[in-house]
Amino acid sequence: MAQRTADLMVGLFMVVGIAALLFLALQVSGLSPKSSGDSYTLYANFNDAGSLSSRAKVSMAGVTIGSIREVTLNRETFQARVVIDVSASVDNIPADSAAIIRTSGLLGEQYIDISVGGDMTSLADGDTFYTTQSAMNLERLISNFASGQ
Amino acid sequence: MQPLVDLGRRGRELIESFGRSGQFLFGALAGMPDPRVGFPLLIKQLYFLGVLSLAIIVVSGLFIGMVLGLQGYTILSDYGSEAAIGQMIALTLVRELGPVVTALLFAGRAGSALTAEIGLMKATEQLSSMEMMGVDPLRRVIAPRFWAGFLAVPVLAAIFSVVGIWGGMLVGVEWLGVFEGSFWGNMQSSVDFSSDVMNGVIKSVVFGFVCTWIAVYQGYDCVPTSAGISSATTKTVVFSSLAVLGLDFVLTAVMFGDF
Repeated sequence: MAQRTADLMVGLFMVVGIAALLFLALQVSGLSPKSSGDSYTLYANFNDAGSLSSRAKVSMAGVTIGSIREVTLNRETFQARVVIDVSASVDNIPADSAAIIRTSGLLGEQYIDISVGGDMTSLADGDTFYTTQSAMNLERLISNFASGQ
Repeated sequence: MQPLVDLGRRGRELIESFGRSGQFLFGALAGMPDPRVGFPLLIKQLYFLGVLSLAIIVVSGLFIGMVLGLQGYTILSDYGSEAAIGQMIALTLVRELGPVVTALLFAGRAGSALTAEIGLMKATEQLSSMEMMGVDPLRRVIAPRFWAGFLAVPVLAAIFSVVGIWGGMLVGVEWLGVFEGSFWGNMQSSVDFSSDVMNGVIKSVVFGFVCTWIAVYQGYDCVPTSAGISSATTKTVVFSSLAVLGLDFVLTAVMFGDF
């Protein structure tokens, strides 16, 4: 009897542990089975990527439609090259849309906002944004203002 | 002249002790008992080391999460970014506090008990009588305890993190009024499964290994007197705590450092 109670408790203990790990995976880290599968890749070149980092969000009209996979330096143009994963359900972004780096709140993290254009053709997998706007640099803004430029 | 001799003797004893603990570990790991005999023994030890540690783990996790929520709120609300407490609590618990505090509590609650139990077995010559009967004490006594501790710590650490996050949510969302959607949303956008959660699990696996190894070795290697057992128990807690904190720094540097 005692052995069976111990078996039961240990079984429950292991189940609770696995449930805890699942909770950490699904609820805390937001790991969902479809997160990586159905998305397509776009590129954007920025003169200044600011503190943009991988896993930052990409939004359109305030709705998150994708995330940033990586930020690298383009060795030819010395620009920042950002690789963006956009959800496959948003497959009609007009080709002349602009990618703009914005900051959420005053001290929040930076993300890419896609400003919608009016072109009839849409961006396909592997395309690059034609227009981009770099991160707003508060220090540069203040120094420009102070020197009257 | 005498101090120099003493120093040399102590150094040699230390190295010998490392050697014995290495041989001991090899014996315990290689000596997997027959599953039919070993599995019930393992279950029994998992019950003592894991299930009975749940109470202290859950209560500590709850309070640590609540304190994190409260402190995080006081600091972050100065900057108007109290919605970030979700990510602060989750990252702190999953990366650091979950594995480390669990290992420290485990060393204090279960590690000391392991050492005292094995030490007393040695003092009352139960281990030698097993050898006399042709039963290898490393297989029969040490291996189930070792594997049980090794398995129990990661499970306890995961439970600790979850309870802590729940405690932080209780304080942050229920009592202080942080918006629940941004609490979870910020958390999910900043916590990564492979680099945060899995690294925390790897840490707790390492800590479980080290804490249990120290505990069973100190018990097995203790001087078989009451004073010896008491000093071995103290050593278990002290060495485990130091090893966990030191290893935590090394593991953090390897996992999250940019070099």
